Amino acid sequence: MPRTALTGTRVRERRLLLGLKQADLARTAGISPAYLNLIEHNRRRVGEPLLVTLAAALGLDPAALAEGAETALIGGLREAAAGASAAARAPEIERIEEFVGRFPGWAELLADRQARIAALERAVEALNERMAHDPHLSAALHEIVSAVTSVRSTAAILAETDAIEAVWRRRFHRNIYEDSIRLSEAAAALVAYLDSSQDGETGLSSPQEEVEAWLAATGYHLAALEGHEAPPAARLVARAEELASDAARTIATAHAGRYRDDALAMPLAVITRALAAEGPDPARIAAALDRPLAAVFRRLATLPAGQGQEIGLVTCDASGTLTFRKPARGFTLPRFGAACPLWPLYEALARPMVPLRAEVEMDGRVSHRFLTYSFSEPRHPGGFDGPPVIEAMMLILPAEGPRTGAERPIGVSCRICARGDCLARREPSILGTAEPG
Amino acid sequence: MARKVLLIEDEPHIAEAIRFILSRDGWTVASHATGHAALDAVRRERPDALVLDVILPGRGGIELLGDLKDDPALAAIPVLVLSANSRERGRAEAAGADRFIAKPFANDEIVAALREVAGP
Repeated sequence: MPRTALTGTRVRERRLLLGLKQADLARTAGISPAYLNLIEHNRRRVGEPLLVTLAAALGLDPAALAEGAETALIGGLREAAAGASAAARAPEIERIEEFVGRFPGWAELLADRQARIAALERAVEALNERMAHDPHLSAALHEIVSAVTSVRSTAAILAETDAIEAVWRRRFHRNIYEDSIRLSEAAAALVAYLDSSQDGETGLSSPQEEVEAWLAATGYHLAALEGHEAPPAARLVARAEELASDAARTIATAHAGRYRDDALAMPLAVITRALAAEGPDPARIAAALDRPLAAVFRRLATLPAGQGQEIGLVTCDASGTLTFRKPARGFTLPRFGAACPLWPLYEALARPMVPLRAEVEMDGRVSHRFLTYSFSEPRHPGGFDGPPVIEAMMLILPAEGPRTGAERPIGVSCRICARGDCLARREPSILGTAEPG
Repeated sequence: MARKVLLIEDEPHIAEAIRFILSRDGWTVASHATGHAALDAVRRERPDALVLDVILPGRGGIELLGDLKDDPALAAIPVLVLSANSRERGRAEAAGADRFIAKPFANDEIVAALREVAGP
């Protein structure tokens, strides 16, 4: 299937593959051939009931018709729209799929430029943060500005004062000489400092994104760390070229170390056997294996391809900041900023030690249902007198079986969520056309 | 009678240059290199104006400025704040600075600003 194919295009391709005439499929679906023609050319949106009917007529799962490689592209374009200047003409959000269908090259270019802009904005933010808070940089710059101030002021006195006493002249000459040495030393120290930290530290990705890119490349399964012969986590991380910055390597080493411990405690054969015997409920698996629930969450989300690829995992700290993100198909994760406050993850964060099972429905043109298991627990690395360090986690699995009506409506993040009736909304959505309900 | 300005600046070469240009403009200049010494000196000498650096050893310039403005007997003394960090401008003004000058400065800038805040 072409990378840029959309729902309408997929309907058309499938119909032609089956040798169906447009009129026949239209009749089966209860719509006019003209309307089907508009759909097939991505000029009309396909509501869920019609999508289900068309999918049945074409012998496909509705998700297969609705979901394609362009989802990420549409997500990128929505982010671009979200960043549009208030003074600019509002992008036609409702025609975003038509745009992708008719101008796939331009759409990819725009999404690519949006990603580049976002990356550059993050780099500026990181550098700004660094300028403001890096004590070495701050001290070096202060030293340079002080020396420059002294040189400038003293040189102006010498240049602009016709009759200056010899004692003052000698003193100012000496001051300028000393300040010039001080300035050159401070400048050399600054250059050396910037050179030493140049690799990756000022790069365009955050450390967490570097780690996520590395894990995504492995499918989140670190095969080298499975088994008793696994190398130390630091050695594995040292070989990962994707991890450019020291900060990313630190995060990755902590992750890989925990992965290695989990793998030793629950070897692959053991966890897959337990998954088959107990089903996906992590609490049942934890009880059967007598292992911590959090470790079971992590193991289930890092099974090799074919055994756990559909299981996503997000974790957050007590501030709600996402600290680990493994996406699940159809469950879009925000690239920047905060996620949807209605995610069960945050409910679990508010209720430590209480396991929470919830079915959710992700906002989108075709809704995706998921079964989530969430849990949070405090750790006490500083002992009884230290602050509790809380981590919450949420496993994300595709929901099976018919819709129950009890699914919790959720979104990705407020800005790109079209749910008009959400009581937890933080800010208006750029997709402001959705009807409540 | 020459008016008196208290200069609080820990960089000796900058202090020397400022001392020279203000003296040349008719001011009597007393200088100190720390915030603690400056507060005592202000109470003792009651200067007509202060030229105050932000980054000082020990008690910082903004804190010292706050102390001065909290003291009814000293609050009316005009204060000209110097800093290498222009982002300190907001903090300085919030603390009661009469003028903020970013380093590096032009000598004329200091002279004109001091005349302005201290009056004719």
